[in-house]
Amino acid sequence: MVAMPAPDTSVLSRREAIVSALREIVPGEGVIANDVAMRPYESDGLTAYRQLPMVVVLPETTEQVSKILSYCYENSIKVVPRGAGTSLSGGALPLADGVLLGMGKFNKVLEIDYPNRAVVAQPGVTNLGITKAVEGSGFYYAPDPSSQIACTIGGNVAENSGGVHCLKYGLTTNNVLGVEMVLMTGEIVRFGGKHLDAEGYDFLSLIIGSEGLLGVVTEVTVRILKKPETARALLVGFPTSEAAGDCVAKIIGAGIIPGGMEMMDKPAIHAAEAFVHAGYPLDVEALLIVELDGPEAECNHLIESVSAIAKGCGAVTLRASTSEEERLKFWAGRKAAFPAVGRISPDYYCMDGTIPRAKLPLVLSRMRELSEKYGLLVANVFHAGDGNLHPLILYDANKEGELERAENFGSDILRLCVEVGGVLTGEHGVGVEKRDLMPSMFNKTDLDQQLRVKCAFDDKGLLNPGKVFPELHRCAEMGRMHVHGGKTAFPDLPRF
Amino acid sequence: MQDAIKPRDVNDVAEAVASAAAGEKRLELIGRGSKRELGRAVQTDATLDLSALSGITLYEPEELVLSARAATPISEIEKALEERKQELAFEPMDYGPLLNKARGEGTIGGAIAAGLSGPRRIKVGSARDFMLGVSAVSGRGEIFKAGGRVVKNVTGYDLPRLLAGSWGTLAVMTDITLKVLPRAEDCATVLLFGASDSHANEAMSAAMGSSCEVSAAAHLPQWPADNVAELDAPGKSVTALRLEGVPQSVAYRKTKLQELLRPFGALGSLDATKSRAFWKSIRDVAPFADRTERTVWKISTTPSLAPGIAAGINAATGAHYYYDWAGGLLWLEMPGDKPEENAVRTTLAGRGHATLIRASAAARASAEVFEPLDPVRAAISQRLKSSFDPKGVLNPGRIYAEG
Ligand SMILES: Cc1cc2nc3c(=O)[nH]c(=O)nc-3n(C[C@H](O)[C@H](O)[C@@H](O)COP(=O)(O)OP(=O)(O)OC[C@H]3O[C@@H](n4cnc5c(N)ncnc54)[C@H](O)[C@@H]3O)c2cc1C
Ligand SMILES: Cc1cc2nc3c(=O)[nH]c(=O)nc-3n(C[C@H](O)[C@H](O)[C@H](O)COP(=O)(O)OP(=O)(O)OC[C@H]3O[C@@H](n4cnc5c(N)ncnc54)[C@H](O)[C@@H]3O)c2cc1C
Repeated sequence: MVAMPAPDTSVLSRREAIVSALREIVPGEGVIANDVAMRPYESDGLTAYRQLPMVVVLPETTEQVSKILSYCYENSIKVVPRGAGTSLSGGALPLADGVLLGMGKFNKVLEIDYPNRAVVAQPGVTNLGITKAVEGSGFYYAPDPSSQIACTIGGNVAENSGGVHCLKYGLTTNNVLGVEMVLMTGEIVRFGGKHLDAEGYDFLSLIIGSEGLLGVVTEVTVRILKKPETARALLVGFPTSEAAGDCVAKIIGAGIIPGGMEMMDKPAIHAAEAFVHAGYPLDVEALLIVELDGPEAECNHLIESVSAIAKGCGAVTLRASTSEEERLKFWAGRKAAFPAVGRISPDYYCMDGTIPRAKLPLVLSRMRELSEKYGLLVANVFHAGDGNLHPLILYDANKEGELERAENFGSDILRLCVEVGGVLTGEHGVGVEKRDLMPSMFNKTDLDQQLRVKCAFDDKGLLNPGKVFPELHRCAEMGRMHVHGGKTAFPDLPRF
Repeated sequence: MQDAIKPRDVNDVAEAVASAAAGEKRLELIGRGSKRELGRAVQTDATLDLSALSGITLYEPEELVLSARAATPISEIEKALEERKQELAFEPMDYGPLLNKARGEGTIGGAIAAGLSGPRRIKVGSARDFMLGVSAVSGRGEIFKAGGRVVKNVTGYDLPRLLAGSWGTLAVMTDITLKVLPRAEDCATVLLFGASDSHANEAMSAAMGSSCEVSAAAHLPQWPADNVAELDAPGKSVTALRLEGVPQSVAYRKTKLQELLRPFGALGSLDATKSRAFWKSIRDVAPFADRTERTVWKISTTPSLAPGIAAGINAATGAHYYYDWAGGLLWLEMPGDKPEENAVRTTLAGRGHATLIRASAAARASAEVFEPLDPVRAAISQRLKSSFDPKGVLNPGRIYAEG
């Protein structure tokens, strides 16, 4: 288990004063200080980690957020922002000596602007809530994480969340136009808006995916798109995962970018089929779902092209959806893959590495070896188009040592992803979970530069500490510059 | 002549920057200098000529990824991509024609540092949306990397995206990894003639809000429409909408888009070849390329506000203009060499941002080239700059006087 920073006893000893100061800012039931009522906030989607916060605050206005943060800044109190708590990396895990800032009451869509194809929403609006607000007019918000009924747009911004359609339509970062944000000092600032590109530095790029470490987002402007006229899906079974991987490469090599392209391995196929009876073939090693969208003529043309490629790659089963109902059925198994695996095992641990696609066969075979070594089964669902792997490690937390074995197995998989040229996390974030693996991808200089960026926003290190960065340093220390003298390679340089 | 340092590799760059930092000296970064006349003029002690850091180091078409050293010419990258029917989908503009320089000289580092993008911006995003990873040297003279070579990556802050559009003021990029995309097989452009600015704005909005998947939308009043070769002097305004994709799809969407636009006025079209040439002209601001003494501004704003802003600036200055990005991007050519900053900024009134693109050195020294920031953003920009470059070694003052 990853250790959190030791609680600051001087803060804990002031708890009563802190709670009453917060009550001055957020009246009524917006401040929760008793253990039973705080229980729902003790963990997020990474349930192996639990911690009651010092106090929970549920503000309703940007001004309240600003006052809370400036109070906490002046009194050196840590703050952990929280949306819906679906993070799978422990990003919203509370701190014993910290304020948990729940953004759930920021749940209104503020503006729908069809002429400029934009929606302005408060951060606590759910991802699906945005699409629901505009679908009557045929529009939607493109990034679609599987958790979209529950997760908030503020959480999506913090995690730069993706979904099955981001191969063609991009991640959160490609679909957000602007944010309003409160800095740890309480200052309110806006970056972006309905116009494109930033004046000066592109702060949006930093804030999206910053895991709640740079500021608290209080408003989000996203772009919306018109729904494609039609969508059709192909369900293709392969005798080997190599053949399936080869097919994915050839589809993209042929210049086709499908709306979605997902792969499942045998254990995942079986679990999903047993759960939702989607009609998946059970005698294949790998299953691909390829979705094509656009005008009907285009879909039909591309379905033919992809079918031909799949046959050429040795597909043993191939079905094209002929109705919307059938298309949704193809997806039902994939969308239910996590709960399906949850049915066949008491617990599962969901990983999230990304690899260059060509390395898939190598990574799958190494994963099988690791599975034997740790004595734990693994099922794989895979955003095949962009190389994002979700191995689900099956374990039983009630069995002595299995959680630890699962965690070690998971860490080995992620190190393997980095080793083959990939990364530790594709969409779930570093959080607490992968914090201590960061040095396997970045050296000290790389991490120090990131920490200095953090310092530019939060010089006291009060916002969501213990997440993302394996070591905490004082900002003053980080800013110091060590001048290394020595010889220079240029004749010009001595003049310097 | 200023001192010029020409590093051979990333270690040379690190050493040069570290020495400059130790000696409190300032460096101007140059890819090949094509956009030197852009941005605020910098006062430095030496130039860091990066042109030796050139060459494509990795290209895997089936993985949609390409890596290159920072000063690799864009033209070299585009040629390699074209051989595999792929492209830089953000259509980096070529400032050559507008700034009275040769075409095709820009480097990938310069394009990323300037955050360039073309007409397809409204569909696929800008340079930063294609940045996957970077190696760079900070103003501290330290070599660092960020990002990776895969599209799905949320490991650490997205510094590669941040460096896009930072004008070389945070770090010297030495290696860049980009996402590339297949080139569309076919394209066509639907033209609408004679629409007023506000009518054209509505037409573009309707087209963008349809399922026609429009990949570029521009509106040109009669002048400069008459100054664009591919339009054959139409004698009236032209609104242009581009469709790209497989031929079956382009043909179908073209019919559909024409139906949608019929109520707005007379229609025409451009075939694939003319389309490509036309959108290159729009991308490179060819309509304002010929009279190089005149000041040129670029404004990014909310599309539906653009006609009012254009009319206001036109009334105050007599500027010519045209719209790209479905109205979200306004290119303005002033009648003379005065910057007319006051008219531009007071009309815009913070509803977006204005950048002075072409102007005499005197004008660039007297006007704010980039949109001034409010105090909170100015302060955090300053802190961000210091977090990379505490001694102010890299391109000091290129964006803002104090940083
Ligand atoms: C030394 C020199 C030789 C030239 N030789 C020729 C020639 O042989 N033929 C010819 O036709 N023209 C030549 N030119 C002109 C040149 O072709 C053009 O000016 C053009 O190629 C430069 O484009 P650029 O994309 O490099 O942009 P630049 O104008 O160099 O850069 C744009 C912005 O990006 C920044 N930047 C650039 N690279 C980086 C990076 N790696 N990291 C961070 N920031 C960066 C810059 O500081 C600047 O703010 C030469 C110019 C110079 C200075
Ligand atoms: C079953 C399941 C399926 C999932 N599928 C996907 C998927 O397909 N793709 C994907 O990308 N993710 C997926 N996730 C992960 C998760 O849903 C996303 O990371 C989501 O964006 C988290 O949103 P949230 O509102 O729950 O945020 P939380 O979990 O509450 O918080 C996540 C992080 O965001 C910060 N934060 C929250 N709100 C704010 C704010 N307003 N300002 C600043 N920081 C804030 C928190 O501090 C924390 O670091 C899945 C999770 C589950 C449980």
